[in-house]
Amino acid sequence: MPIHDQGYRHYSGQRAPHGSAWWVIARTHMMSALRYRWFIVVLVIAWVPFLVRGVQIYFASTNAQVAQILATTPDTFREFLSQQRLFVFLVIIMQSGLIADDRRTNALQLYLSKPLTRVEYILGKLMPPLAFVLGVTLLPALVLLILQIVFAGSLTFLSANLFLMPAIVLFSLVQGLVSAFAIVALSSLSKSRRFVAIMYAGIVFFTAAVYQVLRLITSSRSWAVISPGEMLDVIANAIFRGRGEPAVPVYIAVLAIAVIIGLAILILERRIRAVEVVA
Amino acid sequence: MTTVVDLQRVSVRYGRQWALRDVSATFPSGAVGLLGPNGAGKSTMIKALLGLLPPDSGDMHVLGLDVRRSPLQIRGRIGYMPENDSHIPRMNAVTFVAYCGELAGLPPADAMQRAHEVLYYVGLGEARYRNIEQYSTGMKQRIKLAQALVHDPSLLFLDEPTNGMDPKGRDEMLELIRDIAHNKQINLILSSHLLPDVEYTCDHVVVLDKGGVATAGPIASLKGPGGRVFELRVKGDADQFMVAMRAAGLESHATDEDVMRVFVPDERGPRFLFSLAAQHHVQVRHLRPSVPTLEDVFAKAVGEG
Repeated sequence: MPIHDQGYRHYSGQRAPHGSAWWVIARTHMMSALRYRWFIVVLVIAWVPFLVRGVQIYFASTNAQVAQILATTPDTFREFLSQQRLFVFLVIIMQSGLIADDRRTNALQLYLSKPLTRVEYILGKLMPPLAFVLGVTLLPALVLLILQIVFAGSLTFLSANLFLMPAIVLFSLVQGLVSAFAIVALSSLSKSRRFVAIMYAGIVFFTAAVYQVLRLITSSRSWAVISPGEMLDVIANAIFRGRGEPAVPVYIAVLAIAVIIGLAILILERRIRAVEVVA
Repeated sequence: MTTVVDLQRVSVRYGRQWALRDVSATFPSGAVGLLGPNGAGKSTMIKALLGLLPPDSGDMHVLGLDVRRSPLQIRGRIGYMPENDSHIPRMNAVTFVAYCGELAGLPPADAMQRAHEVLYYVGLGEARYRNIEQYSTGMKQRIKLAQALVHDPSLLFLDEPTNGMDPKGRDEMLELIRDIAHNKQINLILSSHLLPDVEYTCDHVVVLDKGGVATAGPIASLKGPGGRVFELRVKGDADQFMVAMRAAGLESHATDEDVMRVFVPDERGPRFLFSLAAQHHVQVRHLRPSVPTLEDVFAKAVGEG
């Protein structure tokens, strides 16, 4: 039977209003990522520090002797979020193909020929890394806070540290946004997800190493401004009301993070086009 | 017959290079071929109509909507089959087509149901659970057509849909395109440099050349009545004779081997060819009326010969 004889029906059902395609993209990418065994393994291992902290909070809440050594303080949560940075790195690096894969298979022109804007496309690509980062930072940190209340049997700790919950949310969002913007922007620069992963790792580790070298040579911590990781530490210190002397004033750190996000937006604006014009 | 696409004085350039220059054209409903040699501006025109490439000047309307003001509404009602290989990585065919349907606004369940139907329609029913990256070139062309059809568009843009297909696959694809246009009431614009493809599937044609419209209209009327085009073979200096025919005002161009196609106006008739041949000392060995083809229209429009 000729293939054209097999029928075609017109569609008369509902159509979603414009503006919801970003969620289709985000949902599909998240489901796709969760089909990979190694990604699941990373997500599961990322919750191991949560278990350790949970046990610590339990004993600190129920045993006075332990509480003297391992008392739960706002620093407990800040340290927990700092520890999670390794998993943030792993989760982010496993999202390196977000746009690179689309560029490799010329999918951009397919996306942008559908009723969606470039902003929706970018939003759909930003959501998966942001959601996964929040899943290994914000979510366990908030659950730890709830555990502290449950184990202590009172709201004393929370009421004494009312800033803590907004601090966890704010720092997790800052960390998640800068990481997500960075990987999505880098992903738009190449057709190879491996190359993107190497670029991201290079930026993270190279800037940290260069900062350490410059700090040793010049005995100045001001060079921290070149390292996104150090800038996040400065911001975390400010948000969690840390007592240590920051490497640079907090407004410099905020500016540095804003510059990274701004640069990422600029790259995405130039790279996310259905038609590449080579003049 | 309604107009589905209307361009008024549209110009598009890449850097300093004009891809479309002051183009005005209308595309009626039904199947319209967009013909032109490579670099004529066909793909640029389609991308401009999709709102993917902003024009430097001019107005464009698709399905009555202004491309500048309503690009999303337009893209929701059209399907686009790009020229080069395009797919979403790490997906099987049915997931990919359903995903495209969802991106076009279909609810997930409807998108999945239509994905199955459309994949059967384009002949990929048996291969719909295979990863697209394992597909042959012909199958990739079909999957591109399926993703363009899944949301039931009112207008299809097909950019070189038979590229890289074997003869059997090409014939099936052309049948499919013809069926879509003539039996499924979906308007389509078929961009191609393959004249037989356009002639087989389309009723109208717009011929582009060097960024402008060379000719446009119903194929039947552009071809004109039969009997005025002749196939001619001569003994002697054929090249010089062709120059002489052109000097005498006869449109002519070489085809395969030593056969020429000559447009002879009614007022002159074929006898004029014999007298011209006698004047230039060549013998007419073969002269027979030819059914005009789109190739003649094209050659005349773009000045090939």
